[in-house]
Amino acid sequence: MKAMGWGRYPKTTAELIQPADSQALQKFISAQKKSASCIGRGSGRSYGDSALAERLVSSRFLDNFLELDQQQNVLRCGAGVKLGDILKICIPRGLFLPVLPGTKAVTVGGAIAADVHGKNHHLDGSFCAHVKKISLVLASGELVSCSEQENPELFRATCSGMGLTGIISDATLSLDSIPSSYINQRRLIANNLAECFEHIEDNADSKYSVAWLDCLATNKNLGRSVVYLGEHAASKNRKTDTIYRERSGLSIPFSTPSFLLNKTTMSAFNASYFGAQKRKKSRTTLGCDNYFFPLDSISNWNRLYGPKGFLQYQFVIPSESALDGITTVLEKISEKGKGSFLTVLKKFGEANENLLSFPESGYTLTLDFKNEPALFPLLEELDRIVLAHGGRLYLAKDARMSEEVFKASYPNWEKFMSIKNKVDPDNRFASLQSKRLGLT
Amino acid sequence: MKVLIIGATSAIAKACARIYAELGCSLHLIARRGDQLELLASDLLVRGASKVSHSVLDLNKFAAHEKTLDAAFTELRGVDIALICHGSLPDQEKVEQNFKQAHKEINTNGISVISLLTELAPKFIEQQQGTIAVITSVAGDRGRQPNFVYGAAKSLVSTYLQGLRGKLLTHNVNIVDIRPGLVDSPMTAQFPKGPLWSSPERIAQKIVKSIRRGSHTVYAPSYWRVIMFVVSAIPEFVFKRLTF
Repeated sequence: MKAMGWGRYPKTTAELIQPADSQALQKFISAQKKSASCIGRGSGRSYGDSALAERLVSSRFLDNFLELDQQQNVLRCGAGVKLGDILKICIPRGLFLPVLPGTKAVTVGGAIAADVHGKNHHLDGSFCAHVKKISLVLASGELVSCSEQENPELFRATCSGMGLTGIISDATLSLDSIPSSYINQRRLIANNLAECFEHIEDNADSKYSVAWLDCLATNKNLGRSVVYLGEHAASKNRKTDTIYRERSGLSIPFSTPSFLLNKTTMSAFNASYFGAQKRKKSRTTLGCDNYFFPLDSISNWNRLYGPKGFLQYQFVIPSESALDGITTVLEKISEKGKGSFLTVLKKFGEANENLLSFPESGYTLTLDFKNEPALFPLLEELDRIVLAHGGRLYLAKDARMSEEVFKASYPNWEKFMSIKNKVDPDNRFASLQSKRLGLT
Repeated sequence: MKVLIIGATSAIAKACARIYAELGCSLHLIARRGDQLELLASDLLVRGASKVSHSVLDLNKFAAHEKTLDAAFTELRGVDIALICHGSLPDQEKVEQNFKQAHKEINTNGISVISLLTELAPKFIEQQQGTIAVITSVAGDRGRQPNFVYGAAKSLVSTYLQGLRGKLLTHNVNIVDIRPGLVDSPMTAQFPKGPLWSSPERIAQKIVKSIRRGSHTVYAPSYWRVIMFVVSAIPEFVFKRLTF
């Protein structure tokens, strides 16, 4: 079958294996030939080539809930369970996932492999900070469990390990209690990047915070943005407050011609969006789908970038050089006449000990670029800026970073390799990305 | 609601069971593999089922049907919906040349269902209410070269259901014949998939909806009704030359 990531670039053909349960998964892995390699795949929501290989092992049928302990707020479920399915069962019980990325379509296995983060990283850390235990199928076919206590090295390598240590069969997660499923949102307008940073720093105790940026604004308007702060709303009516209303909306049935997304349309969209946000009331209460997953309401929105797809570029720069670094990046993009439709800025808290984890104390910027030949030299220039400011790129979004850039920015890669060599010396688990980055 | 699901670990059955669990129903599950049943039972409890029980049964052991169904009715104290989902997709070439295998496949996909229906009918008559829903297949609509053994077994069930529907009419019991088209499930793992394939979840939504509505013959998804109408309308002198 034809396989691609969410960015629809690159595309490959691959064999899809869908084990019916964890025993079938173990059987498949242990029967694999020595020379063959495969990679685990959940919903295919990583943007680039991290879940691409000749053989893809899908977690589609590993989608059972195994146990919910409502006294301890702990859930054990299969790796193929989607975060949206968890919300569906949790919210009516007054429970919530402690970390939510921008889409609820990702699976638990994928969220662990990429150590995903949410709008509350500055307070609560990344997804794996709330993972208590993982059951992992190793290259030998053996099922091992790992946690901070049990096989801690393997645990640190598997959380953020992009599927290279094995295939996750199930995981145990801790959940948070919430008073209601609604979010009180506060909106702050920033007329430039420095103001945006100030707003975020001033509200560092706010549970959720994220900023939308008009990346096409230049000069004194550079970095003009809207900062969204959120808190769980208090319960007014216990019964209705914990009803989970799923949003469904538009669907993009096919790739739209990519010329529709050009500098003029993007700049018009960004300017009008900024204007509209400025005029709106600054405080609102939203359902959690609307707050956390605005893009999920347009299914297949990735098709808007045309048949060639797009590249998402997400980097983090440590706090001390963040303002300078992000300003340089935005100037470089506007100098080259490129633009991003959606640009998102977020403050990260401290890094964790997971070996290939992306977040570190600083600011992260996410940009979307339509795939075109002229883009690649620009992204290489951006890599140099990010590296010069001590930053790094997010593996779950990456489709093109060079081995040198990766190894220079992920200081724990050698430690990761030593564990990888121990559990998977023949590189049975490898992706197009891991080969490109020199990890397999 | 009290729901009995036979062949509960098949992909479509699992998806139906999850919908009923989310509605807070009590469920009784019957399937061959005990470990799989236990896995599904805990999944359904987390999803909101008010009660889940199960029995392990190889459906080709017809003699055990009566006892197992009795136990299910006792466990649930009556059944509002009985959903029969089990089946297997044989390799046509193999079963064509080997009657022993053909016999086994016809037993699994056809005769075992008749045995279950024979047990279920009087129970539903006694209750004077409920729905019996059976998953058959579009393959039963016409005998096509690539799968006519499977198709013949499924059409046996469809024909039986038509008659039974009339018999149970005055007893306030409805019979739903569900005919899915191509479903992307572990049963069809070896086939390349195209645009006509649908997910078990989509089929399950259609099944739950048609049971609620009291439908009779249901094609899932609905466009299969049009496709099978066309397939059935092809004159035999043309059809016999088709190998699809």
